[in-house]
Amino acid sequence: MTHDHDHTEPHAPIEVDVSDGPDYFEVMVHALQELLVDKGLIDADEVRARLELIDSVEPSRGAALIARAWTDPAFKQRLLADGSAAIDEFGIDNYDGTHLIVIEQTPEVHNLVVCTLCSCYPRPVLGLPPDWYKSRAYRARAVRDPRGLLREFGTDIPPEVSIRVHDSNANMRYLIMPMRPAGSESMTEAELANLITRDSMIGVTVARLPR
Amino acid sequence: MTSRYAVGDRVRICARYAPGHVRTPFYVRGATGHIERVLDKFLDPEREAFGINAGTETQLYRVRLNQSALWPGYTGEPIDTLELEIFEHWLEPA
Repeated sequence: MTHDHDHTEPHAPIEVDVSDGPDYFEVMVHALQELLVDKGLIDADEVRARLELIDSVEPSRGAALIARAWTDPAFKQRLLADGSAAIDEFGIDNYDGTHLIVIEQTPEVHNLVVCTLCSCYPRPVLGLPPDWYKSRAYRARAVRDPRGLLREFGTDIPPEVSIRVHDSNANMRYLIMPMRPAGSESMTEAELANLITRDSMIGVTVARLPR
Repeated sequence: MTSRYAVGDRVRICARYAPGHVRTPFYVRGATGHIERVLDKFLDPEREAFGINAGTETQLYRVRLNQSALWPGYTGEPIDTLELEIFEHWLEPA
């Protein structure tokens, strides 16, 4: 890992880098797990199965959810009104028990999600966050210079469109519903899902254009 | 549900710096905005971090801030905003 800063508190970097071996918090996690297993409160297979569950979720699940909302106006209204209830209705296992807020992109407001304090992310819908989402640079610049950051992602937001940054700093999780692109009117729900990328559901880009 | 603030109320985020498991980021402390929506009550993370859960449910809000007021020399547009979640004991009327 790079230590280009001079603070000395023993906190762990959010970025994953194994070259220096386990850090303080990884050692703590393993010690805690061993204690819980030794005491018979959990077993190793439960830990493994939980990790397997976490790893099994992919962004295509979120894309299917948004494609349904694009094609079913009543479902879209339910999803925007109560994200947690709507993903339950859609059959998504909200395995971490977090509360979901779905935010709609509009011609007037472009929304962007960040977690400045750590790496909070709608994992039951999108899976694990990309490494850049957890980087200090993204977390700082998403709030401080969102337009400049978006330009580096290839996303130019015109000055008349408002940027709204959502800092996922406490109990809620955020999923962005990109705008359905022009020219997609005759596409099926499954075809539409292919236009909806992970990054468009974080808000760093827009939905793909139909070919 | 009794919450101290309602949607649209002007609020200031407290500028306190005591250490602990605090979910109020430093960059918004002292900032003024308004209540965007009233969320549920959740365990107070500052007490939860010490294993104290009973009776600590605390009202959580989403607060909307104006980016150009939040950052000196903000280079975006005056219409840009930022929203985040703030517990009731970190808010005061503005």
